[in-house]
This record gives sequence, C-alpha cells and structure tokens, in this order.
Amino acid sequence: MATQRIPLVRYLMLEPEPHLVAQQCGSCGARFFDRRNACGSCGGRDFEPAPVAPTGHLRAFSIVHRADPGVAVPFVSAIVETSDGTTVRANLLEVAPDPAEVHLGMAVRLVTYPAGTDSEGTECVAFGFAPAGV
Amino acid sequence: MSDSVWILGTSMTRFARHADRDVVDLASEAALGALTDGGVTVHDLDVLACGSLFSAHAGIGQQLLGQIGQTGIGVYNVANACATGATALRVGLMAIRSGEASMAMAVGVEKMGKMGLLTSSPRGSKEAKVFEPSGRYGSVRSVDGILGTKTMPGVFGQAGMRYAHDHEGVGFDQFARIAHKNHLHSVLNPLAQYQKKFSLSEIKAAPMMAYPNTLLMCCPTGDGGAAAVLVSSERLRTLSADQRRRAVKISASVLTSDPYVEGGQVQPDVNTLTRNAADAAYEQAGVGPEDLDLVELHDCFASAELIHYDNLRLCEPGGAGDFIDSGAPYRDGSTPVNVSGGLISKGHPIGATGVANLYEVTTHLRGEAGDRQIPDARAGLAHVIGLGSSCGVHILERSAA
Repeated sequence: MATQRIPLVRYLMLEPEPHLVAQQCGSCGARFFDRRNACGSCGGRDFEPAPVAPTGHLRAFSIVHRADPGVAVPFVSAIVETSDGTTVRANLLEVAPDPAEVHLGMAVRLVTYPAGTDSEGTECVAFGFAPAGV
Repeated sequence: MSDSVWILGTSMTRFARHADRDVVDLASEAALGALTDGGVTVHDLDVLACGSLFSAHAGIGQQLLGQIGQTGIGVYNVANACATGATALRVGLMAIRSGEASMAMAVGVEKMGKMGLLTSSPRGSKEAKVFEPSGRYGSVRSVDGILGTKTMPGVFGQAGMRYAHDHEGVGFDQFARIAHKNHLHSVLNPLAQYQKKFSLSEIKAAPMMAYPNTLLMCCPTGDGGAAAVLVSSERLRTLSADQRRRAVKISASVLTSDPYVEGGQVQPDVNTLTRNAADAAYEQAGVGPEDLDLVELHDCFASAELIHYDNLRLCEPGGAGDFIDSGAPYRDGSTPVNVSGGLISKGHPIGATGVANLYEVTTHLRGEAGDRQIPDARAGLAHVIGLGSSCGVHILERSAA
C-alpha cells in the first residue's frame, strides 16, 4: 500500500499536480488562503476555490537566522507574487541562504517535499518555491 | 483653535531592564512625573487611559491609581499592539474632545525583561503525534520556518526588501546607516536603554537576525513607562502663566488600521495605513512634512525606519535610500529623525513607546531637551505602528496658549 500523504495546509492540493487553491471572493475577486467569514476587501460572503498559478517572481525576502526552538535556521523566507497576481509566503528552496545568491525579482516555481511523518506513517507534504528553469 | 487639546505635563522613566521594579512601579514613576511636570495632582484628573500590551488585562490602570490616588475616575485599560501608547493617548484626547473630561492622563508602560523574539506562531514546539488539519489554514503542524517567517525581524526585513525591489538605491548599506544614526543619537539621551555609538562596519558585522537586519539594527526588549497629562483649551486658560507657556498643542491625532490590499494577509502591509495616517494628520494640523523640526518614528527595525521616510512623506516618493545617504535624518540634517535614539537604541517597552515619543517631541518643543535639543524646534511628528495592524500619528506644535 502506498504511503498516506497529507498536505501541510488545507490550501495545498497534491493532485493532479501540486498547486495552491485560494478562496476567491465572488464579488470582488480578492483571494485568501484561510477559512473565511466574509471578504476582507468588500464584505462579500460568497467564495469559490481558485487555483493559483505555480510560477511567479520573488517580491521580497528575508534570510532568517534566529527563530523559535525547533525551527531549522538559516532559511530564506520569501514573498512571491505569482503570475496571476496572488501573494504567497513560503521558504525559498534550492538556493543558498546568502544575500549574494537570492535576487529580488528572480523567477520561481512551486515545489513540494516531504516534511515529516506522523505516528501512523502518514507523510506531511510541504511546499516552497525554487528558482524556475534550473 | 478653541477645541484644541494640550500636553500639560509629561515624563518617562529610563528605558532599561529594571530588575528590581515591577510594572506598577514603572507606571507610577511616569505618572507622578507627568503630574509634577504639569503642576497638577491626581485629584485634578477626570479620566485615566493606561496602555500596556501585557498588563492591560490585569487592570494596570486601577493598580496604578491604587498606588498614586484612588479618586474613583473612569479608567480605560488599553492594548493595541505596538500602537498601545498612542491609542491610550487618543482615548484621553477623545474624552476631552467629547466634553466629558477637561483633564486626562495617558500612561504607557511595559515590563518585558528578556522576552527574546516576539513571534506570532501559535503552536511553538509542541507537535501533534497524528497529523490532523486544524486552525484557519488547516495546517497539520507548525509552519514557521517552512512557509517563511512570522518573526518580527523577518517580517520587517521583508517589508524593507520589498521597498528595495520596487525602488533604486536601497540595500544593506542604507539599512546599516539608519542603525548607525540612531545609535549615534542615543549617546545624547540619558533615558535611552543603550547610549553607545557603533561604526557602520560593526553594525554590518553584528550577528544576523533576519537579513537585512543584524542584531544592531533591531530594537531590544526592555522595561519602561511614559505618561502625559492632557488638558482642554478652556481649562488651560484657568492655569498659571508658566503652565500655559510650557503647554504643547496636539495639532493632529490620528489612528488607522490596515485597509485591504492584495496580499496584506500574507505579508503585512505596514505602508498604506501609515500613509493614510500621515496624510490625515498633515491635513488636520495644516502642517506639511517640510514644516517638521523633528520626527520620532517607529524604527522597530532599521528596515522599518527606511520605508517610513517615504510613508510619512519625509522624502521624495521612492527616495528613501537617497534620503538616508544624504544625511537628512541625522540630528544636524534637514529633517532630524529619532534624535532620542529611536526604538533601536532608546528601547521599545511596547506600551510605553507611543507615549515616550510624544514626551521626546514635547521636550524639544519646550526647549528643554538639554544636550540633544534640536534648536528652535516648533513642530514635530510622532509615529507608531503595531502589526495587526494599527498606526498612530500625532503632530505637536509649540504655540502660545
């Protein structure tokens, strides 16, 4: 039997290809990743799931050297603007945590990887971004 | 303006790690100092607003009156992230503007000790044995360090790097220069937590917290209190000539929260609400950024100060890098910023900060700032921002009552 997998967060879809899904306001089109009560932009109450483009560019970053216990450092925290204009926060992967290696505006793509297994053998799948076209 | 509200008295404790004193001691020192400075007593107050992010729930305002005088007045305990102090001040001001009070006291106080990183990660190190989606994002484990960072040095680091993405001439050197300036300024401020200057190379070589912010570009945690006694124009007219001469006019008082912007719930937008608050304050006061003799702004991190040059309209749009490079915000420059040493060096006991920066501006407008006095200061601006987000902007003017 194949290993059971579960996404790190509800807005990460593993099938058919890994991608993110936002809750999109039916009135104004604003996108959110959390459970919604109403729209923070217009107050609308109807939402529909909207797939988010898996590519984009690096809008901002920080290289984090100090974090809570249990968090591996250093890591690159990235703010990505996807090609459909959605803002996503995740780690930047496959790049050295060095300001000489991380470039504002660089093209990135969504990637997934295993991030731990629970006591029942279920594997958590996390996402991040990596340089595109590498 | 007949409905103006005035700062009659103000005081602050030294910001430090006060191991032997609790939060009530610090609030009391600040409050008694402000009453003495204003030439009034606790019996003259109609209302008290006491801001403390970590002690508001414990009734810090009543605990304070328990020490300095239980007169039975209404007490408002205020918590509003790093804008707590400015919010407390506005509670007092609104009470006077409403006509319910003619004299109010606002106190901001915090006892933090060595709290370390302030993170908003809700789970900490306790991980579930069996993965089960929970919370608003349906996460199965802590996401800090996987889906980026929510630590303050990182969040504000990203805010600064986003500005660097959008504008020329901004990088590590500019952020380092801001920390250099604020540490240098603090040498003249006996109430600052640190009073030590550092070279640019020392600042850049300090341990990296979250690029671009090294340890010397981050504010410390600490303990302290600050207070201000506010009075209506009508009541001020009944006071002595000396009290009237030293009173400083609150020409603008504004509080904003963050309006919706795309992505603002992913990476906090600390810009829009600050611009909105600044624009409203300039409008209220009839004062422009070019009229300001000093500015105390919320430099929780060097990367934050840089973007607020632009947000507060102190520089040309997009020109924050040139602004610091030109030396304009140094105390001998065209727009002195954080001559107190700022949060980076003066310290940031959260609830106290938004009152302490009004203390600083008031002290300069009165010509009582001693070695660090900005000559002939007539108008100044004080700004705070708390993530979440809340922004307070006040403009003060020296003006014969």
